[in-house]
Amino acid sequence: MTLEILGISVLWMFLLGYLIIGSIDFGAGFFNAYGVLTGRQHILTNIIQRYLSPVWEVTNVFLVFFFVGVVGFFPKTAFYYGTTLLVPASIAIILLAIRGSYYAFESYGSRGHKGYSFMYGAAGLLIPASLSVVLTISEGGFVSMVNGNPVLDYHALFTSPLTWSIVVLAIAAVLYISAVFLTWYADKAGDRKATKLLRKYALIWAGPLAISVIGIMFELSKHNVEHFNRMIDIAWMFGLSAIMFVITVWFIWKQQHYSWALGLLVGQFALAFFAYGISHYPYLLYPYLTIYDSFTNPAMATALVVAFVLGLLLLIPSIYLLLKLFLFNKDYIRGKKDHHA
Amino acid sequence: MENESAVFFSRVLTELTLSFHIIYATIGVGVPLMIMIAQWVGIKKNDEHYILLARRWARGFVITVAVGVVTGTAIGLQLSLLWPNFMQLAGNVIALPLFMETFAFFFEAIFLGIYLYTWDRFENQKKHLLLLIPVAIGASMSAVFITIVNAFMNAPQGFDVVDGQLVNIQPILAMLNPAMPTKVAHVVVTAYMTAAFVLAAIAAFKMLKGSNHVYHKKALFLLMKVGLVFAIASAIIGDFSAKYLVEYQPEKLAAAEWHFETEKNAPLVLFGVTDGEEVKYAIKVPYALSFLAHSNPTAEVIGLNEFPEDETPPLYIHYLFDTMVMIGMFMVLVSAAYVLGKIRGWSFVSTKWFRRVIVAGGPLSIIAIEAGWWLAEVGRQPWILRKYMKVAEAATTSDHVDIMLILFCGLYIILGVGSVVVLRRMFRHNPIEQEIEDRKAEKGGDFS
Repeated sequence: MTLEILGISVLWMFLLGYLIIGSIDFGAGFFNAYGVLTGRQHILTNIIQRYLSPVWEVTNVFLVFFFVGVVGFFPKTAFYYGTTLLVPASIAIILLAIRGSYYAFESYGSRGHKGYSFMYGAAGLLIPASLSVVLTISEGGFVSMVNGNPVLDYHALFTSPLTWSIVVLAIAAVLYISAVFLTWYADKAGDRKATKLLRKYALIWAGPLAISVIGIMFELSKHNVEHFNRMIDIAWMFGLSAIMFVITVWFIWKQQHYSWALGLLVGQFALAFFAYGISHYPYLLYPYLTIYDSFTNPAMATALVVAFVLGLLLLIPSIYLLLKLFLFNKDYIRGKKDHHA
Repeated sequence: MENESAVFFSRVLTELTLSFHIIYATIGVGVPLMIMIAQWVGIKKNDEHYILLARRWARGFVITVAVGVVTGTAIGLQLSLLWPNFMQLAGNVIALPLFMETFAFFFEAIFLGIYLYTWDRFENQKKHLLLLIPVAIGASMSAVFITIVNAFMNAPQGFDVVDGQLVNIQPILAMLNPAMPTKVAHVVVTAYMTAAFVLAAIAAFKMLKGSNHVYHKKALFLLMKVGLVFAIASAIIGDFSAKYLVEYQPEKLAAAEWHFETEKNAPLVLFGVTDGEEVKYAIKVPYALSFLAHSNPTAEVIGLNEFPEDETPPLYIHYLFDTMVMIGMFMVLVSAAYVLGKIRGWSFVSTKWFRRVIVAGGPLSIIAIEAGWWLAEVGRQPWILRKYMKVAEAATTSDHVDIMLILFCGLYIILGVGSVVVLRRMFRHNPIEQEIEDRKAEKGGDFS
């Protein structure tokens, strides 16, 4: 395995981590807001608060890790993506900032403001939408070089059906992932009402998820033939992912094996996400940037890999402790104990 | 090709983000240590008041850390969004500490979550305190790694440029640049100092408002002791920083001191105004600059005349330097007077006016932090990477930076106002007297 592949794989893994736990967080905010609007807040709030409270800050770190790592391993991305993403990334930062800080303000300051819940829920959908634009841009066709500098064509971007189908996928995926996870969590907490409601949400959002994926495949076959053909080459990965999806929905439908459903959900997204990444190889930005011509020098690459391994040795036990205390601790999940400062 | 308005607005937006972020970042680095000290003293003395102190600070800390995290994310991304050319170059040489910082941040975030949600979960308080150690280490290490990157911008090394190509790159050597030791030490120690004085200001404010509870007195005495130690340390390290500048960035020192001509027996200029190269209305301390720079009152100090005019920083950094140093000295005096006064039983340290001085010390320390960072950043101008890349060459070429500036202005107003409102409400709804009563009722009372 070359250092280039190693670097991008590690980063991709962290982005997958962000995709999963970020989705749970964003979706939870949306369901909570929806509950407030429809007067069913009492069913969900407790479950959602108990999960989110100790982990909210950790979610953000996955994203930071990804973009810092990308610039470290592939410094040229700073030039191409830094220049073109000014507007979409700034909007995403502002939404993330408002959402993240107001979560803390609300949890520790004052609870239960309706307008706030609504904003919090809406921001949770707008963030994945604005971040997903990066994936669209990476497919090429929206960036041109003017006087040696990359320039983003906003008109082409916002009138492309590919952009919008990816936005729909991002939102549907967020809501689906979140609903499946929270169904499992509520079931573990023994909260039947919440389980029932969240199960319904999971089933509802499975449909748009499947449809948007098909839509993207179709758009991509016209927009970026090279990428599409490479996707066909590894169709088995997408196929396996689809099978996992069907089984997950089946389990949720039958109201059984929620733990399996959760595991399969992670498997489904991991496979699809890596299949997408592999078929994108070697391009970071079609057709300007590949992982080879943007790669850092060997000395820095080695240093980063060593730092990464040492960092993991520190992080894995810490994450294990966090999960053990909060995610896999029955008393905590069921709300028997509350030891907040 | 440069886009002049993009350069201008990129500078303004970066300055705005950093100026806002540094307030929360400084508190974020310093306060965990204060919580740790208070909890430790509480366990040692078996005194619930100190434990409560730690607990209440931890609660407030959540709010400031949230703003620190999100604005830190903002500046992290803005580096690439606003300075893509710089990051492309710097990424090759100094990406390592940036990468390591995310691990420190990760580590801190995990244990902060655990610490906050495990109060009273352990029989043994010491176990709970142990969980705070990674938080404090993570917070301080974040500051260390980020400051290393800033030090590199001032004294780049660990690479060679041959025919416009970066070769012979040594990431560790780049981290261990000559600006690193003094800069890192100064940033970390002043963060501890500022956190102590900000918390002390709150305690003194409460006492001014008529709360005579022994809780505030204990808090104030503890914090002034801690603050004194770190204020003295800041001054000593500050002196080393000046000696670093003499050696490696003489133009920065010369501009900060309004030292125009290279000369021996150089005086130290405080305040004043410039009229061309003439300094008016200033306080001049004879030989002091030579002594400060070389520990020798007659030594020669390099002046601004040795440098091309377009490679020296603007002269207004002189005022930033004076502000930082004066506030630092003032806080050493205030905290020393208070600590000595308490030990010796001087009555003036318990008067209203002295408490007002302590209250003023909180915002003043923050102003010193701001002045220090503006001095560090403006004093490096026109370079973003000293002698290799100018700020104007580093900026983005894309349009719309001005609109982003307006959006971020709005964001920081919301976050600033929001955090203050929430913090005030949090402690007003649950004053210390009431919390002590509640805890008594809960535990069946081993309180004094």
